[in-house]
Amino acid sequence: MALSFLDKERTVAAPGYNRWMIPPAALCIHLCIGQAYAFSVFNLPMTKLLGITHSAPGDWRLTDLGWIFSLGIFFLGVSAALSGRWVEEGGPRRAMFTAALCWAGGFFLSAVGVYIHNIWVIYLGYGVLGGFGLGIGYISPVSTLIKWFPDRPGMATGMAIMGFGGGAFIASPLSVWLMARFSTPMHVGVAETFIVLGIVYFFFMMVGAAIVRIPAPGWQPEGYVPPAVPKRLVTERDVYVYRALRTPQFWLIWWVLCLNVTAGIGVLGQASAMSQEMFPGQVTVTAAAGFVGLMSLFNMGGRFFWASVSDFIGRKNTYFIFFILGIILYSTVPHAGRVGSVSLFVLCFCIIISMYGGGFSTVPAYLKDMFGTRYVGAIHGLLLTAWSMAGIFGPVLVNYIRQYNVTHGVAKAQAYNVTMYVMAVLLIVGLICNFFVKAVHERHHMRALEADAEIDAAPVFGGR
Amino acid sequence: MANFNRTDQSAGAHNGIKLVLAWGFVGIPLAWGVIETCINALKLFH
Repeated sequence: MALSFLDKERTVAAPGYNRWMIPPAALCIHLCIGQAYAFSVFNLPMTKLLGITHSAPGDWRLTDLGWIFSLGIFFLGVSAALSGRWVEEGGPRRAMFTAALCWAGGFFLSAVGVYIHNIWVIYLGYGVLGGFGLGIGYISPVSTLIKWFPDRPGMATGMAIMGFGGGAFIASPLSVWLMARFSTPMHVGVAETFIVLGIVYFFFMMVGAAIVRIPAPGWQPEGYVPPAVPKRLVTERDVYVYRALRTPQFWLIWWVLCLNVTAGIGVLGQASAMSQEMFPGQVTVTAAAGFVGLMSLFNMGGRFFWASVSDFIGRKNTYFIFFILGIILYSTVPHAGRVGSVSLFVLCFCIIISMYGGGFSTVPAYLKDMFGTRYVGAIHGLLLTAWSMAGIFGPVLVNYIRQYNVTHGVAKAQAYNVTMYVMAVLLIVGLICNFFVKAVHERHHMRALEADAEIDAAPVFGGR
Repeated sequence: MANFNRTDQSAGAHNGIKLVLAWGFVGIPLAWGVIETCINALKLFH
């Protein structure tokens, strides 16, 4: 078969294969799909597709365009949840190849949508098809990395998920540069940019699919000795993917992730406006753009830093730090506004955003500790629905509370204070959820015969 | 034995080259993006 190179059996590493080849393979995927965070660079040009220099009647509004990103994130969660087991059982190469097809296909379809000026085609292209590429791509390297790095699972997944945060750094200037190259006095150049990005991303992701390998059964890193006495919150046994849904641990971690992301994502989207409104006259539009850039650096760095730290202090303790420090920092932000300290405000948000990123990158290792390695990718996929939920909940919370305050006569500089306290309360709830996470009861652990029966009975996305 | 060591060494060198290429492939664009973002972020302090 022409596509037999995608088979899981064909991706088993030969003896002597260097495991440090796996993080670049994972980064090839995550750096590409991380473009999603930079999609906003297309928003303004796409409101001028007909008018070119200004929005003409018939041009799309920003509110119409906002749905493209929202749909993408929504279908990220949906596809990660639906395809987790298929990804796990088919191996990383098949998943990466599929993600590349969906992601690049989403760009090509969106280019058609721009060309015929039909936003529904873009919703279908970038939102649905691209969203599937996002979801499948996001989870595709996770369990492979954990299997290659049993000694440092947090650091390994942190490296890949850092790529998702860093993808926007490449996509944003690249997209602006491409649009400038393709634009003419009669044409904005968005469609051509989509086509070029689709080609580049497909090539990049295929390199990742080509170099990825899974370790041979029973492989261990040289010199690695598994702990003789397993840690209290780290299991050596596996839990079947759908069985995990029946454990309180899954839902507690679901809320831990959801609340951590809700708190971060809400301010991430509003950072520019918030900094200018809280410090009128002190923070200019240009400085606010710099602030957003600085936050995205901390978002990316936090993904690697916190996940690596979790290998030493444990996942539960890492989340305790996120929540306790987060509560203190969110409560400090209104004080920073009152005393007019921009540097305190910037410091608070940089740390908050590093913990937002850290929440994403630490969670795969948390799941591995709870549910074992075998289905960690699939369970992670199901957990990402928490992200979809937070993606809707966080920005809505920030926007509506601010709007309510402004409508009721609160000065813009103080309009975010209540939001900050609400975020702190959300983190208190997250802290409580994290506190109740205990080791999974052994009745949920897989036994050989039971596992086979359950696997045979369960449906799998895309067939076997 | 000497032959075996030579094969081992050349495999090691080959692995090393692949590793540099793979990391360069993802590291160079990422570094470029980070530098661009740092330049933008510096505007905050002006």
